[in-house]
Amino acid sequence: MNIMYLLIPIAIVFSGLAIWGFFWSVNAGQYDDLESPAHSILYDDDEHLIPDDAKPKSTQPQDKAE
Amino acid sequence: MNAQQEPGNNDQGCYHCGLDIPLHSNFITLIKGKAQRMCCPGCQAVAQAISDGGLENYYKHRTGETRSPEFTDLSIPEQLLAELALYDQASIQKAFVSESEDGVKQAVLVIEGITCAACVWLLEHQISNLPGVTKASVNLTNHRAQLSWNNDEIQLSSILTSIYRIGYQGHPYHPDKEEQMLASETRKATRRLGIAGVFCMQVMMLAMALYAGEMQGIEDHLVNFIRWASFVLATPVVIYSARPFFSAAVRDIKTGHLTMDVPVSLAVGGAYLASIWATVTASGEVYYDSVTMFTFFLLIGRFLEMKARHRTGRAGNSLLNLLPASATLLKDGEELMVPATDLNIGDRILVKPGHTVPADGIILTGQSSIDESALTGEYLPVSKAGGDSIVGGTFNVENPLQIEITQVGAATQLSAIVRLLERAHEDKPKAAQIADKLAGYFVAAVLLTALVVGISWWFIAPEHAFWITLSVLVVTCPCALSLATPTALTVATGTLRQNGLLITRGHVLESLAKATHIIFDKTGTLTEGNLSLQSVIPFGETSYEHTLAIACALEAHSEHPIAKPFHVQAKLMEPVQAAEITNHVGLGLEGEVHGQRYFIGKPAFASRHCLTTLSYDDAPDDHGQWLLLASESEPVAWIGLSDAPRKQAKNTLAQLTRMGLQVEMLTGDSSAAVGHIAKELGIENIISGVSPEQKLQHIQSLQANGARVIMVGDGINDIPVLAGAQTSIAMGSATDLAKTNADAVLISGELQRLPQALQLARKNQKIIRQNLGWAIFYNMIALPLAAMGMIAPYMAAIGMSASSLVVVGNALRLSKLARANRVESPDQSRKITTP
Repeated sequence: MNIMYLLIPIAIVFSGLAIWGFFWSVNAGQYDDLESPAHSILYDDDEHLIPDDAKPKSTQPQDKAE
Repeated sequence: MNAQQEPGNNDQGCYHCGLDIPLHSNFITLIKGKAQRMCCPGCQAVAQAISDGGLENYYKHRTGETRSPEFTDLSIPEQLLAELALYDQASIQKAFVSESEDGVKQAVLVIEGITCAACVWLLEHQISNLPGVTKASVNLTNHRAQLSWNNDEIQLSSILTSIYRIGYQGHPYHPDKEEQMLASETRKATRRLGIAGVFCMQVMMLAMALYAGEMQGIEDHLVNFIRWASFVLATPVVIYSARPFFSAAVRDIKTGHLTMDVPVSLAVGGAYLASIWATVTASGEVYYDSVTMFTFFLLIGRFLEMKARHRTGRAGNSLLNLLPASATLLKDGEELMVPATDLNIGDRILVKPGHTVPADGIILTGQSSIDESALTGEYLPVSKAGGDSIVGGTFNVENPLQIEITQVGAATQLSAIVRLLERAHEDKPKAAQIADKLAGYFVAAVLLTALVVGISWWFIAPEHAFWITLSVLVVTCPCALSLATPTALTVATGTLRQNGLLITRGHVLESLAKATHIIFDKTGTLTEGNLSLQSVIPFGETSYEHTLAIACALEAHSEHPIAKPFHVQAKLMEPVQAAEITNHVGLGLEGEVHGQRYFIGKPAFASRHCLTTLSYDDAPDDHGQWLLLASESEPVAWIGLSDAPRKQAKNTLAQLTRMGLQVEMLTGDSSAAVGHIAKELGIENIISGVSPEQKLQHIQSLQANGARVIMVGDGINDIPVLAGAQTSIAMGSATDLAKTNADAVLISGELQRLPQALQLARKNQKIIRQNLGWAIFYNMIALPLAAMGMIAPYMAAIGMSASSLVVVGNALRLSKLARANRVESPDQSRKITTP
């Protein structure tokens, strides 16, 4: 039995799974906005996650209004 | 970090919205510990709200401009709060809010004021930080926010208020049928593209095995198996992804004109069916790879085209937003706040100053100035009194009015304009059909050739006839030819968008290149669209600063559009207080400054206590708007206001004329100012004082004489004309309704983009012609080879890809705009002439 007879159907099944996942994501609205997610990854709003000693030294008083 | 920056300097402008900061003003907000200067209390309040929410990073992230907030006070006006509170009522919520069992409500809002991805970030963080909000996601493309919140913890009105507080406006979103269709069209197109993409790659991989096998030798049972596998993978592409081509082809054949969809469908369908036949009978050639790749390429082009088309806002809600959400109903002597949609014909309502009229009606009591600029684009309000009719969507400026409603809903004038628009759309010359003409001839020629080849081979060698005919179809026309136009259009559209001209309809570039006439609206298009102070001419010794100070003090509390330029001016000067101000509707103002009584307004009114009564005939000239400032004994000064032409207007018009276009001005305004502006800008053809219907007629008569017209406008009254012209361009500041119905939007309002766009459109035509030329050249070579039966499937695939790449590469040359002189930043310094 040639290995091709196993591998190609597996490839087809995988493609099918990929399409199923793709349809799911389209229907869930993940492709409705193709612009803002590309930007949002660049917005560093994780400053509070950086440990204090790892922060760059700052001479500026921290009086952030909360 | 280096030393503290000094609190923002003046040339930087407002930290929030970037406008100039008035001299002597002191609006400061602490952002990240630094004092930043703002231009007005509105910006200050918004920046404070953003900072209080811990969202200062917005200023770091943003790339677009931020709009100055709608309100100019530190707090949100009472009236707005009352209106927002209406959205908490169950009767109103049922139209757009859905509720799940556990008290969680969901709604979609349309948000105005979003300019870049940072706005989305800001809104999402601001809203989801509110207690009780469980989900907030904002879509940058269509400006919608999906919200879900727990009704026990937070009311919808509080969410809306917090959106207002950071400088945006949220309206409930009622999707209409058309919009639902658009949404499902987008998702369908995405799915089609995804399927074609994934399976195209799989099929190509298998096809490679077949090509390699053909050269090196491969066992027959494997060839068969790979063909069957390719068949399985290609089938969804043909049946699902390529369906739009088939249905379009069927429609085109029915209506009797050939478009690119016909040969595309023939090639895809024919090659697919033939490949099935070859697979089943284990003979001939398979073209699964060509079929899928071809479909994928074409779908990419269509997808990009569709995205560009959907980019502007939708029409559905723009009309709604012109009308207020609430109205004050008078019933048995009581004032009731009701939703505007609940009004009936015959109801009596009260419209307070500063409110929008909710429906068409007749004034019962009261006298006021009505600002009709939303409808007509003219900035000066009209005086109305008892018995006069009044149109929904207009704005009451001065005094409370009691109105009896005569029309609601679809019967209102606002809706009538929309209907006029639909009619104009139907009459619109079909530019797209012209574009298809060349393709039509070409398609006919190719089909004919295929037929001739097929018949010839039938006599020479019947067993090869079908396969050779098919290879003729696959190898020749469709790909390069059907990509030639769309790629060039897509690239040019993208380039123009980056440069401030948003194209929303496919035919625009072609019609721009072929235009013979360009017609401008006046107010708001060629001019700035608002009054500014032009000159002050004192009568006696009084200095002009002193005169202006008095005028500003008097006008300080007026909301009349004429008072606006004085408000701007007042920020630049030391404040002077006026007392006992009385408003004489339609005439002017009276008040006390420095213990002396002054009048400002119409000359006859202001000078009525003087020795000689002055009239407009005494004004220094007859263009512009003249106000007279007078004391109780003598006239003090003439103050001239006018709507100044846009900075680049004159240059642009000269450039357009040089490019061979006929420039015209078409305006509803009939005052002397029209001639003055035309003279200043060098326009010879002016038609003034015309109604929207007459404007449309004028354009249609021009078109009947063979002219190709570009119309540039901004008001709702321009919409029918915009729709009637071959190409319509709306200014970026135009009403949403005008923007959604225009073929293109000049986002930045920079008129000099127009000649640039025209140049690019002409270049685009040239590139399309080159592309078509290349496609024809390629076919000239490929066709004889295919007809002689010398093209193997893999050659067809390579030839097709190569010619497509050439076409795409050529189209990419459109991505650069000819560098004309850079836009000079608008000069904000005010020059007021004195004699």
